[in-house]
Formats: sequence, structure tokens, C-alpha cells
Amino acid sequence: MSWFDDWALTLAVFIPLVGMAIVMLIPSAEEQAIKTVALLASLVTLAVGIGVLADFNYQKTSTLQFQVDKSWISLIHARYHLGVDGISLPMIILTMVIVPLCIIYSWDHFPEPHNPKAFLALILLLEVGMIGTFVSLDLVLFFIFFEVVLLPMFFMIGVWGGPNREYASIKFFLFTLFGSALMLVSFLAIYFLSKQPTFDIVHLSQFAGSGIGRGTQILLFAGLFLGFAIKVPMFPFHTWLPDAHTEAPTVGSVILAAVLLKLGTYGFIRIALPILPQGAQVWAPWIGVLAVIGIIYGALCCLAQTDMKRLIAFSSVSHMGFVMLGIASLTTFGINAAVFGMVAHGLITGLLFFVAGSMQHRYHTREMSRLGGLLISAPKMGWILGFAAMASLGLPGLAGFWGEFPAVLSAFDPSKVANGLLGNTHSALPTFRTFMVIAAVGTVLAAGYLLWMYQRVAMGTPKEEFEHAHLHDVSTSEWIAWLPLILGTVVFGLFPNLIFSITNGAAEHVTKVFGG
Amino acid sequence: MTPYLDYHGLAPEIVLTAVILIALVVDLVWKEAARSVVPQIAGVGLLGTLVPIATLAADGHTRTMFGGAFVVDNYSLAFAAFFVVVGYVSLLLSYDYIADGDYYQGEYYVLLLTSVLGMVVLASSRDLITIFVALETVTLPSFVLAGWRKHDTRSNEAAIKYFLIGVLSTAVMLYGMSIVYGMSGTTLLAGIAAAAAAHQAPLFAVAIALVLGGFAFKVSAVPFHFWTPDTYEGAPTPVTAFLSVASKAAGFVGLLTVVRFAFFPSHLSWQPVLWGLAAASIVVGNLAALRQTNVVRMLAYSSIAQGGFILVPLAVAGSGSSAKVGYEGVFIYLLVYAAMNLGAFACVIANARRTRSGEITSFAGLGRTNPALAVVFSIFLFSLAGVPPFAGWFAKFVMFRAVLENGSTGAVILGVIAAVFSVVAFFYYAGVVRQIWFHDPADLGADTASKLPVALTAALSITLAVVLVIGVYPQLFARIGDLAFRLG
Repeated sequence: MSWFDDWALTLAVFIPLVGMAIVMLIPSAEEQAIKTVALLASLVTLAVGIGVLADFNYQKTSTLQFQVDKSWISLIHARYHLGVDGISLPMIILTMVIVPLCIIYSWDHFPEPHNPKAFLALILLLEVGMIGTFVSLDLVLFFIFFEVVLLPMFFMIGVWGGPNREYASIKFFLFTLFGSALMLVSFLAIYFLSKQPTFDIVHLSQFAGSGIGRGTQILLFAGLFLGFAIKVPMFPFHTWLPDAHTEAPTVGSVILAAVLLKLGTYGFIRIALPILPQGAQVWAPWIGVLAVIGIIYGALCCLAQTDMKRLIAFSSVSHMGFVMLGIASLTTFGINAAVFGMVAHGLITGLLFFVAGSMQHRYHTREMSRLGGLLISAPKMGWILGFAAMASLGLPGLAGFWGEFPAVLSAFDPSKVANGLLGNTHSALPTFRTFMVIAAVGTVLAAGYLLWMYQRVAMGTPKEEFEHAHLHDVSTSEWIAWLPLILGTVVFGLFPNLIFSITNGAAEHVTKVFGG
Repeated sequence: MTPYLDYHGLAPEIVLTAVILIALVVDLVWKEAARSVVPQIAGVGLLGTLVPIATLAADGHTRTMFGGAFVVDNYSLAFAAFFVVVGYVSLLLSYDYIADGDYYQGEYYVLLLTSVLGMVVLASSRDLITIFVALETVTLPSFVLAGWRKHDTRSNEAAIKYFLIGVLSTAVMLYGMSIVYGMSGTTLLAGIAAAAAAHQAPLFAVAIALVLGGFAFKVSAVPFHFWTPDTYEGAPTPVTAFLSVASKAAGFVGLLTVVRFAFFPSHLSWQPVLWGLAAASIVVGNLAALRQTNVVRMLAYSSIAQGGFILVPLAVAGSGSSAKVGYEGVFIYLLVYAAMNLGAFACVIANARRTRSGEITSFAGLGRTNPALAVVFSIFLFSLAGVPPFAGWFAKFVMFRAVLENGSTGAVILGVIAAVFSVVAFFYYAGVVRQIWFHDPADLGADTASKLPVALTAALSITLAVVLVIGVYPQLFARIGDLAFRLG
């Protein structure tokens, strides 16, 4: 299987690109052919992913496997270096699963102005960027893939989006671009300051910031923080997210929530923490503060929404707060929780956005005051929405629980080297325990807004205007797109070790520098 | 005494001069019948110039002539090849514009090639007088080209403004050069460098500032940029493309040459000047571009801003090996800028064939009426904004690399200004993209697929290929840059 070991990741990154090229070459009249090619490309990518899953050495999840390390831009010592470990593996599989589901979901109803050719080409380009980011082990390569994601999403929101799409798309782009400009400057500074000038993430993680003074690390970490935190998004950099989600077409929202946001949290785990550990120790409590503010603020905003999609968008802010809290604890336990939270949020919020999109397709509105009685009009969809809401609020036995609960718990016992808000390691314990309590309150609020949403949308009787409207229940393409997400939520909820056993070794490796 | 002449070393200039003369004579003798021939002679002849450049590069031997005033080495060959290719793409942009627009005159091609000849000579110049003569050879034909649309008052205005300010800048530069000569006793750059290492007199600093000021006009750096938007808007669009890329690049090459070979030792005099020019150009260029409604004026301000970015690596070039990082930054940025800006102008020309308008709103709905052109134009605009995976990102990258290689507070401040305003720049480039994709065309019924002429398609293909290939494999340009600035 050595051939596969050498080529698997390159194939996984570039098969969607080939698919995109073919899609572009087919005349736009041949819609069926375009859809088939796009679906095939994403399925072949998934097949490569399954191959990786099968061939992955689960005894050594902390080692980077399937590595490719080739010369790329020798002038600046940037290399084409790819690899997966226990942290990136769940993320690439999540991406590879979500993309074909999105293609299947859009099969029969492409959003206005239609144009499946361009739409599918953009989805495939998105997949290139997303998988590429998760497998890059070179800062320059990472930066390129991180940015590649922006263009397709910009167009997806701007062309296929809702009434306010222009504003939302440019806001999305400018926020992210601003963050990544500072991130790039920090990458270059790391290159010049580290023990040996290199962009290689593996080497830089081994140096663990030696050679870079503490003060400089704090500054550089701030630069990386902006780049990643805007993507996550953390409070107060989250304002692009509700707009982007509200305006984006359903599939755009799903990909945005399920995968794109994770690029930011993944960046923290893969780059910021291991390369600048001293910076991380100092910033940890502040990340924690922003995380818990995000949890509470996101939840409170949810309670104030009238638009269903906007509510789910704010719930993302809240949920990503839990993920960031886990990361801020700088412990193995916290990182495990964060990666689990990323996968769970991807499955559950993806499903929520799918259902919200399908409801909009049927009702032509997302105003919760006009919706109601979904359980009567379309009972199956109503139950699925209920399932997703329960999973999202962290019901034990479903995947959401294992992202949220351990993240809260990780704040009970933060890393010994993490600073507290008073700027020393002694204050860490009270600081993080306070976070824990606040985050726990957040879980209650989550139950509040999700149940409230469910009650308004699904229970009761349909409103007068929709009383006699004949609404299709879940269609075949919707079933195919949603079942894997439902199954994943249940399976990972019942057997969380399926993921924890993969991530644990890698998480230990990341936190070794913080004393475990 | 006859000076030593290395005919191989002079071959590019000789070939180009021969082509110019042939084109001139053919046009004179055959008159109307030459209409279809002269452009071909110009194009093929220009590409023919690449042959001696290639053989010289393969030879790899540094040739010095005229007592050190004219040097053929990797540095000069890299730029000579660059100018020839840029000149060729400008020719491709001009063919149909000149033929269709009733502006045809064979002299157009002769003038354009003469300007390119000046650039090729400039690349090898290592002497103030040679540089001055070369620069004038570049600029004088451009004055005429800018006013090519004789019956259009805007074109006349463009030419007059360009001429008056150009002459003024030349005077300033020449004045500075005369002081430099007076203080160092030589016009050879190498000799000036020796004097610069010894002299720290304030007058020498003033002289350097005057010379740099002259170049600042040529590269339209703020505050010497006032002619740029009006000239760019009034001149025929292919000429604007030529001015904004080739002429501007000539200014940068001249600047780079005098800084690298002559003024480098007294970096305390020139670095603050360039720092100020770079910062002002980035800030003013980007902010002014935000408010434009005409695409050519927008690209004019954008080119001022991009000029600021190109100045950054030079303004922070330190000594020793870090100087090389700075020069490489300028070089790579210039190459990338040339490709993407020429491409953007090609798209403007292509769109104007249909809409007859330069307003940004005239691009509305291009994504539907001509998807291919729309995709290509979007790629150029995103590249100009520095969004990966298009070549622009690498240009910005090498710029930031030079900033952090220097690492001083001043350099970092300039870097932060550049970073913030790259984001601002995205806003106006994206403004055009939004028109293209997010808006409906003004007249859906209108002719949707007016066929692009071959020359324009070729120009688009060349520039697009560079932007895409360099975007994913920048090592190609990086390698040339590395070779051009080796030794030191």
C-alpha cells in the first residue's frame, strides 16, 4: 500500500479540483452530466478518505501519517508537506462526508439563479480548500488553502444568497481577509525568529517556540489569534457570521457551519498552540473569557431572534464557544473535547441548517412567528428537526453532549502552566472554574432557546396562511442527505470512544508542552 | 580610439533597432498596403529580440562595455526579457483597438517599439547619463502615444499633462544627477557608490532626494502622482496599459539600478525618502481608488497603490544578504504586477468593445453575458487584491518577507500599513467583481457573445497563464529573481 500512502492526501486534495475542471468544461445545458460528475468527484474523494481511514495506524495517532514532503518554493523554503494525525483525520472525513451530502441535497432544487454548473464548481473548489487546510503541514501551504476557501464562499453567498447578499458576502470576505493578513505577517515573523528559518509546522512544533522570546510570542500569538478567531468566529469578531448564514443558500450555510468554522479552531490546535506555547499560556484565560462571553452572548442573541436561520447561526457562536473553552484549558482533555465538539457541531448544525433550508423552501419564510405546526404539516421533518434540536442542546446519548460536557469539565482542571486573568499561574484555577460555571449556565440557555424554537416552529397547529398549504414531507434526496448526519449523531453519541480513541494520542502530543 | 564593442552583448538592442527601422520604412514605402504588415513585423521582431537575450543568458558571462557604463549580466537580461514580453503583450492589446478605432498609423508601432528599446537599454545601464538617455527614450514616445486620439480633447489633455509633468520631473532628476556628479566626480554608478560610502555631506543627501523625486514621477508615487489618473483615463486604453505597466516598470528598474549600484552605501539618505513615498502611495492610492466610478481611473489609483507596495521591499532593503531579499521582492512584485495589470486592462478593453463605456457599472451582469471573460477578469482582480491561489499573493508575500527580514520598527510599521491597506484594496477590486456577478446586465437582449479578436485572446491567455502558474508554483519567478540578484 506504499503507493497509496504517498498519494492518498494529494489525491484527496486535488480530485475535487479535477472534478471542478471537468464540470467547467461541460456545457451548462448538460445539467445531468454536470451533477453526476460533481457527485462522482466528491464520492471518489470520500473513497480515498475511507482508504485513509482503513490504512491509518491507530496505534500511533500522534504521528503524522501519509506524509508527503516535496520541494515547492525553495526561495522561501516553503514545502509541499501534507500529513494526517488523529486531530486532522476526523476533520477531513467530516469534510468528505458533508460535501457529497450537499451535492445530493441540491440535486433537485438549486437556489436561484439556478446555474448548477457554477454552483457545483464552487462547492468542489471549497472542498479543495477545506481538505487542503486540514492536511497542510507547511505554514505557507496552510495559508494558501485557508484563503482558497474564501472565494467560493464569497460567490456562493453573493450570487445565490438572500436579499441582503451583497452586504453579507463582502462583510464575510473583509473580516476574514483582515484576519489572515495579520496571520500571514505572524507566519513570516515565526519563520525569521525561530531557531532555524522554516515554515514546516512539524519542525516548528518541535522547536515549541524556543528562540522566540516570551514577549514576541505574546505578540505573534495575538496575530494568529485574530486570523483564527475571526474564522471560528469568537466574540467580538462574530458579527459577520449571522449575516453570512442568513443570506447564504442552504448548502452554503451547511458547509459554512459544518466545516469552515472548524478551520479556525483547527488552526489553534495545529499551529498556534504548539508553535507559540508561551504565547498560548498567557492568552489562554483571555481566550477563555471570550469563549464564555461567546457562549452566553450567542445564547442570549438566540433568544432574541425571529428568523430561524439567524437563530441557528447564533447558536453556532455559542457552540463554538464551548470548543474554544476546551482549547483554552490547554489540556489533553480539553483538546479532545474540542475536536469532538467540532465534529458534533458539524453533524448537528449541518442538519439543523439543512432542515431550516428545506422549511424555507416549503414555507418561503423563516420567520418563526409565521411558522408552526410542522409536526402536523410534515411530521417526519418535524421529528428530524426535534432530533437535531435535542442533539444540539447536548442531550446525553447524542453526539452534542460529548462536545459540550467535557469542554465544560476541562475548565475544572486547566493546565498547570496556563495563566489566570491575574496574569499568573496561581490564578488559573479560580479563573477557569468561574468559566466552567458560566459555561454550564450556557448549556441551560441552549436548552432554552432550542426548545423555544422547536415549540414555535413544530408544535401547535399550522398558522392560518399555511393551514391549507400542501407541504411535501421529507423527499428522497433529503433523506439521503440527512440520514448519514442523523446516524453519525447517534453512533458518536453512543460510542464517543470512536472519536476520542483517535484524537487522544494526538491531543496528548499537542499538550505535552503544557505538561499534559 | 574605438570603444570596445561586444556585438553579442549588444545584439538585443541591435535587433530591436533594426526592427524599428524596417517597420518605419515598410510603412513609408507601402503606405496603405502596409496596414496589415507593420503590426506583424513589430510583433515578430519584438519576439525575435528574445533570441539574443536567451543566448546571452545561456552564455551566462557578464559583459562590460563603455568603461562600465553598459553591463550585460543576469540582472539586465532578466529585466530586458521582461520588458520585451510586456511590450509584446501591449502590442497584442493595441492591434484591434488601433485598427478598429480609425486611429491607425504605422508610427504607433514604431513609437511603442522605440519606447521598449529605451527600456531594454535601461536594463543594462550603469551610468547616470546612459540611464538618463534610456529613460528619455522610454518617455518621449509615450507622450505622443498618450495623445493618440487626436480628435478627443481628453486624450490631448492626457498627453499635455503627461508631457509637462514628465519634463518637470526630468529637470528635477537631471538637477540631482548634476549635483551627484559634482560631488563624486563621475557618472559611473560604481564610482558614485564609492563616493557615497565616503561622503555623508547633507548636499549629497539632497542630490539623492532630487534624483529619487524624479523617479517618483515616473513610477507615479504619491505625492508625485497627480498626472496619473487624468493621463490614464484620457489616453487610449492600450496605451494606458503600456504606461501603467511598462513605463512604470522602467521607472522602477531605473530606481532599483541607481539605489543598488550607486546610492546604497548612504542608505540613511534614501531609505526614509522611499519609506515616505511607499507609505503615502499605499494610503492615498487605496483610499482614492475606493471612490472611483470609472474603471480606468480606479485602475490608475490601484496602480499608484501597487507602486507603493513595490517600493516597500526597496525601502526596507537592509545590507548584505537582506538587501537581496529586498531586491528580489521588488523584482518579483514587478513581474507579477505586470501580468495581472496587463490582464486587467485586456479585460477592460474587451468589455469596452461591447459596452463602449469605462464606467464600473458597465460591467454589470458580465457574468451572464460573457462568463468566460467574467471569470478571467475576476481572477485578475482577485490577483491584484492578493487573494491566493492567484499570483498576487506571492508578490505580497515577498513584500512582507522583506519587511520582516529587516525587522526594525520602521519596517514593521510600513508592513502593518501595507497589511491593513491590502484589505482596503480588496474592497474596490471586489466592487467590480460584485458588478460582474451579483448584478443583472443592463440590457439582457443585447448581443451577448461578441467574439474576442485573436490578439486580445492571446494577450489574455498569456497573462492568465502567468497569474495561474505563478500562483501555484511561484518558484519559477523566484528562481529568476534569485539568479538576477546573485553576486551582489
